[in-house]
Amino acid sequence: MRIDQNQLAAARDGSEKLVPTPGQTIGPFFGYASGYENVHIPFRDGQHLVNPASPKAVRLTGTVYDGAGDPIPDAMIEIWQADENGQIPQETGSLVRDGWTFTGWGRATADNVGTYTFSTVNPGPTEEGKAPFIHVVVFARGLMNKLHTRIYLPEDTVALEKDALLSSVEADRRQTLIAEREADGTLRFDIHLQGEQETVFLQFPGIEYPVHD
Amino acid sequence: MSNDITENTGPVVEDDETFDNSHVLDPAATQDSQETISAEIKDIHDSASGETQPRVNFPPYRSSLLRHPTKDMHHTDPETIELWSPAFGHRDVHTLESDLTVQGNGEPLGERMVVRGRVLDGDGRPVRNQLVEIWQANASGRYVHKRDQHPAPLDPNFTGVGRTITDDKGFYEFTTIKPAPYPWKNHHNAWRPAHIHFSLFGTDFTQRMITQMYFPGDPLFSLDPIYQSITDQKARDRLVATYDHNVSTHEWNTGYYWDIVLTGSNRTWMEGDTDAH
Repeated sequence: MRIDQNQLAAARDGSEKLVPTPGQTIGPFFGYASGYENVHIPFRDGQHLVNPASPKAVRLTGTVYDGAGDPIPDAMIEIWQADENGQIPQETGSLVRDGWTFTGWGRATADNVGTYTFSTVNPGPTEEGKAPFIHVVVFARGLMNKLHTRIYLPEDTVALEKDALLSSVEADRRQTLIAEREADGTLRFDIHLQGEQETVFLQFPGIEYPVHD
Repeated sequence: MSNDITENTGPVVEDDETFDNSHVLDPAATQDSQETISAEIKDIHDSASGETQPRVNFPPYRSSLLRHPTKDMHHTDPETIELWSPAFGHRDVHTLESDLTVQGNGEPLGERMVVRGRVLDGDGRPVRNQLVEIWQANASGRYVHKRDQHPAPLDPNFTGVGRTITDDKGFYEFTTIKPAPYPWKNHHNAWRPAHIHFSLFGTDFTQRMITQMYFPGDPLFSLDPIYQSITDQKARDRLVATYDHNVSTHEWNTGYYWDIVLTGSNRTWMEGDTDAH
């Protein structure tokens, strides 16, 4: 459709907002991890926000599950996060990584056993005393629209206790938003699209999830 | 980029939508008739009104059954990082990547077309200098993808993938080949309307979205559970491009126009911000 001049004028003077374009599923053909990474939307080193060999690299990994508890081999996961000092990156170069610039954004696909893996850094708190988190968006075949969630780091329990979002989530589901830290520093965060352990998904102002509102 | 796009290596993954062997129809995956699916769609539409986004729980789209959240979405306001988007620029994307007809050694087959439009936010502000990605089937309805075994020819001169960065007025433009409809295994004799997948970023990461652009007057619209997962006709129309003779060019390409509106930005905008990227 075309937004005409009248609609645009009304949106710009605040009298009537434009209605957002609907989302649609990513479908099955967005890409495949081996061989075609240059011709599909997953791209080379998309999952490596920092080189895995870097001393500060942290492995962030997990499995995406459906409502039957089966891993989903065709999901695409994106993360967006502050750097280790809590600074929000605004550098270009995510698609053609130079190995030095931290851009804060990455894209990974679930593999044949439903597992995604990023190499990144632990985000720092964006404000003093705030619980650091990584923002996540999930796309998959069979999933009609994007889903947002957060991966909180588990360490700062005082900040987690005070966090406004976590406090507003029912206690028995809060844990679905907090990563587990393994002995080697790995952050593990599984995503359950459905089922008993269903991840808490976030709805921000301006978007509708019909029936789920 | 290599031209050996017919190579089919790597493990085979179970997948209940795509064709793994088109000559042997899987009775389990295709037992539902179009009439059954269409009746289910009608029942849902009859009890819905005014929805602006697709339903994530839309049983006529069989793959959605186990892949939609069943609990309520958690309403929240974006904070810190969520009020920003990653920055992309010409370091990330070469100008030629917006022309999908120049990626091979020769001209791809099919109808050469241009699609052009703006990326806007809910307040009508152009989304400037931001990444737009597309992917699509070729003129025969075939994707370059190892799981797409639909027996229609691949085109060695067409990968179906492109990228661009919006300009200062929020415009994007791609030169491509008009995709064809293709069969899938949601039900018996299921065909997707021709479409181009679009991936979009805004000024806030909460605006991130992936959608599909369709072509005007497609006879498959009423039959397709993915398009019909949006229960309101006005909202479905927002996914349909218009034929635009001003985008067509003499003896070269047909033209389509399609504006995309992201959810309103939640950031507090300062005077002059709309001129920054």
